[in-house]
Amino acid sequence: MTQPSVGLFVTCLVDLMRPATGFAAAELIEAAGFRVEVPAAQTCCGQPAYNSGNTEDTRAIAKQVIAAFEGFDYVVVPSGSCGGTLRKHYPELFAADAAWQARAESLADKTFELTQFLQEHAKSNEKLLAWEVAATYHDSCSGLRELGIKGQPRELLSKVDGLSLIEGQEAETCCGFGGLFCVKYGDISEEIVSAKVADIDKTGADLVLGGDLGCLMNIAGRLKRLGRPTEVRHVAEVLAGMRDAPAIGEPDG
Amino acid sequence: MTLPRDQILGRLKSALDRENRPPEAARARLRDRPAGLIPERGQGAPADRLALFAAEAERVEATVARIPGPAALPREVARYLAETNQPPALRAAQSLADVDWSSQPMLKVTGGTADGADNCSISRAFGGVAETGTLVFLSGPDNPTTLNFVPPTHIAVIRAADIAGDYEAVWARLRAEAGGGAYMPRTVNWVTGPSRTADIEQTLLLGAHGPQRLHIVILDDDATP
Amino acid sequence: MDSTTRQFKDNARGALDDAQLQNALDKLGRGFPLKRLEAAARLPEFERLRDQAREIKNHVLDNLDFYLEAFEAKVEAAGGQVHWCADADAARRTIGEICKAAGAKTVTKSKSMIGEEIAINDYLENEGIEPIETDLGEYIIQLRREPPSHIIAPAIHLSMGQVEETFRESHADLDPDRALDEPRKLLEEARTRLRDRFLGADVGLTGANMLIAETGSNVLVTNEGNADLTYSLPRVHIVIASLEKIVPTLEDASTILRVLARSATGQEMSVYTTFCTGVRRPGDLDGPEEYHVVLLDNGRSKLLGTESHEMLRCIRCGACLNHCPVYRSVGGHAYGWVYSGPMGAVLIPGLIGMDEAAHLPNASTLCGRCEQVCPMRIPLPRMLRAWRHKLYESRRTGALGRWALEGWAWLARRPRLYRLIMGLGVAGLGMLGRRRGRFRRLPLAGGWTGGRDLPAPEGDTFIQQWHKGARGDASGERLRRRGR
Repeated sequence: MTQPSVGLFVTCLVDLMRPATGFAAAELIEAAGFRVEVPAAQTCCGQPAYNSGNTEDTRAIAKQVIAAFEGFDYVVVPSGSCGGTLRKHYPELFAADAAWQARAESLADKTFELTQFLQEHAKSNEKLLAWEVAATYHDSCSGLRELGIKGQPRELLSKVDGLSLIEGQEAETCCGFGGLFCVKYGDISEEIVSAKVADIDKTGADLVLGGDLGCLMNIAGRLKRLGRPTEVRHVAEVLAGMRDAPAIGEPDG
Repeated sequence: MTLPRDQILGRLKSALDRENRPPEAARARLRDRPAGLIPERGQGAPADRLALFAAEAERVEATVARIPGPAALPREVARYLAETNQPPALRAAQSLADVDWSSQPMLKVTGGTADGADNCSISRAFGGVAETGTLVFLSGPDNPTTLNFVPPTHIAVIRAADIAGDYEAVWARLRAEAGGGAYMPRTVNWVTGPSRTADIEQTLLLGAHGPQRLHIVILDDDATP
Repeated sequence: MDSTTRQFKDNARGALDDAQLQNALDKLGRGFPLKRLEAAARLPEFERLRDQAREIKNHVLDNLDFYLEAFEAKVEAAGGQVHWCADADAARRTIGEICKAAGAKTVTKSKSMIGEEIAINDYLENEGIEPIETDLGEYIIQLRREPPSHIIAPAIHLSMGQVEETFRESHADLDPDRALDEPRKLLEEARTRLRDRFLGADVGLTGANMLIAETGSNVLVTNEGNADLTYSLPRVHIVIASLEKIVPTLEDASTILRVLARSATGQEMSVYTTFCTGVRRPGDLDGPEEYHVVLLDNGRSKLLGTESHEMLRCIRCGACLNHCPVYRSVGGHAYGWVYSGPMGAVLIPGLIGMDEAAHLPNASTLCGRCEQVCPMRIPLPRMLRAWRHKLYESRRTGALGRWALEGWAWLARRPRLYRLIMGLGVAGLGMLGRRRGRFRRLPLAGGWTGGRDLPAPEGDTFIQQWHKGARGDASGERLRRRGR
């Protein structure tokens, strides 16, 4: 029996900044019994253009993504916000173009954020591996509010031996990343991420987890600037037991 | 020159394609006045409703007393004023004109509207809503609106039988009692607890402009005072 | 009111540096959202009531003309009058004329955002009529000649010390040695001060939380009771309301009231909810002899059927402000005009123009919390994006930003070239940054590195690495690495 295929849309941030997250994601999907492919034609989902009001370029990029990924059984994205772009916003882009809208919708239907996909397809209740750490989880906004991702990463993490999850009171509050917002309105973004870090501090956790590299780089960037030892990782890295990669913003070795 | 009224309505009608879309649904809504979803909370048996009304009112810092009937009202009022260290004087609504205050000779009771010098008023609520511990007052010659707001202490009298589960039931009763005529008095006041503000550093303070104290007296008996 | 919206960035910088304001905003962020959550939890039907409230307003917007005409007929039947005003100027003049006809010297006012929108206080003052704000927060900011910083908590930005200072300055006739060191004393002073003003006012000017077509009533919601003293004591009651405030029936008003206070302050119901209908009735001992409804359009009728259509469902509860990370960082004054927060960022460009307000739709992380808590389920993020699209299309987005964005999009559509250029870029950065793992400073990244380190890229891109090794090998190597 041939394994169903998964097109891994790795996202531009993971591709450029943190390949470790991509490898962790690929490994988890493979372990769940799927064949992973990484089309070389992928660049970015177009979200920066979309959120800047540049709809025309977004449409062009969306067409490219649709064409590159529509042949797979599933498309998996290790990011709630890029996943949200493919699932929620691509179909909206083609309201005036029935043919492309149908293709966008069919892609949207088989696109999943990583933890959503794993929770549904990696059905195993045994403890996967051990990682002794007190962690807290940051619910990134698009994943939480566009895709309803809340329980999935937590359930997956509950299978990691030794990992205790301490919920931050403001876990569902934005970290201030917001794509281009964080550079256009850097002052405000910094204030928002400072509040996020204060909430993380309150949990006493040693590790911050999340499902979106943008948010995680933002949070790690602030933690490191403040000299905090708290580590930050993408949830996929913990689930895959990828200890050898340094945490986000940490030096090699 | 077109009047602003016609200009605005014209713009709305063309945006809504009124010529081809008669407002039938809206006509029906005004005629039938369908109620929306009514929370379960207030829908218990009369005794539960009464208990819920009192609990909700106390939750928002009103005080509640239950007395057997109107004959016991003067004593309760005198007791309340003494207990809260207030002068034994009150401005009473005409709607309570039948109450015989003579059992409490110390109590000075006057009628009319509130004039800014009164310490305490007493008026009669048309209805109550258990859902949120809300009182409903209707303005009229025998229940001036200012009595509900001007004096720092307000005593509200309500018959147990007039406490409904929800707002909708009170509207229905208001319409029914008007017998098909105009039913809205100049003012309907829903009052849920005493006046408050949190405008200074989000500190909750009672008694901003309206009464600082709201004392609700429930008459258990059905007879009118 | 003149806007300072163009200076949003500077306003925001000032707000971030204002320790006292930050204190107040922290308190707000901890207070209202938690109370809303508790209130929602106490009412199992809350989410379904939100759906119904949304449906009521959608139905109203589909029949706005019908309900407004029905409302007008009922107001007239109850002895009142409706004044249709196309814009702020018409509304100001109408109110001015009613006041003059009443021979008014003083006008008491209860808080009204439409009053702020048309800057009625400045107008009345110029006409020689004294407007007196009676909501405690509004009274304080009127003395300080400041705009409100929150649509339901206008003085939320001030500390007790600042209020004390204001009262000492403005109430100069009182004993300068009096104690004003706690909120209760400040409230008592304002209450005493305003008591005579209530009793002596010629006209009472209120807003309206809703207008009811069935009865011709306006609804007023307050906690202080100031609105009730405002309409019940003077001889003339003027209501200012924008036309989307209309709802069909008392039942519909009740449904919306069930979500309003819960969303706003987390109360089950505000203390005073009042339904005013027409003039005092024969035999009434109090109540106004004249009742005027000044019905304001100010561009709203043009929003029907546009991207902003759903904004007309807004009931001004303030939940979107209370939950917005941007509002909670900079407060309301930074937005530079009457409204603020997500609802302000959607409304303001339509009211004062895109040139003036270009920052506001962009100054959002699009986190979506506002839509999540909006009792009327207004899709605020989508509407902010729609403004961004308009700003972009009309070339109001900064030239440098456009150029960068379009250049990047151009590259993103050419995967091979993208891979080559980005690959070189991250390899370089990776080499520079791997030793520390992050950058403290980087050319052109000042927006980020002002307060944050920038994590350095690993070096090779994921796609380069993936395609370098055969797939199976790569995965085998990863497993080996993990076992190491």
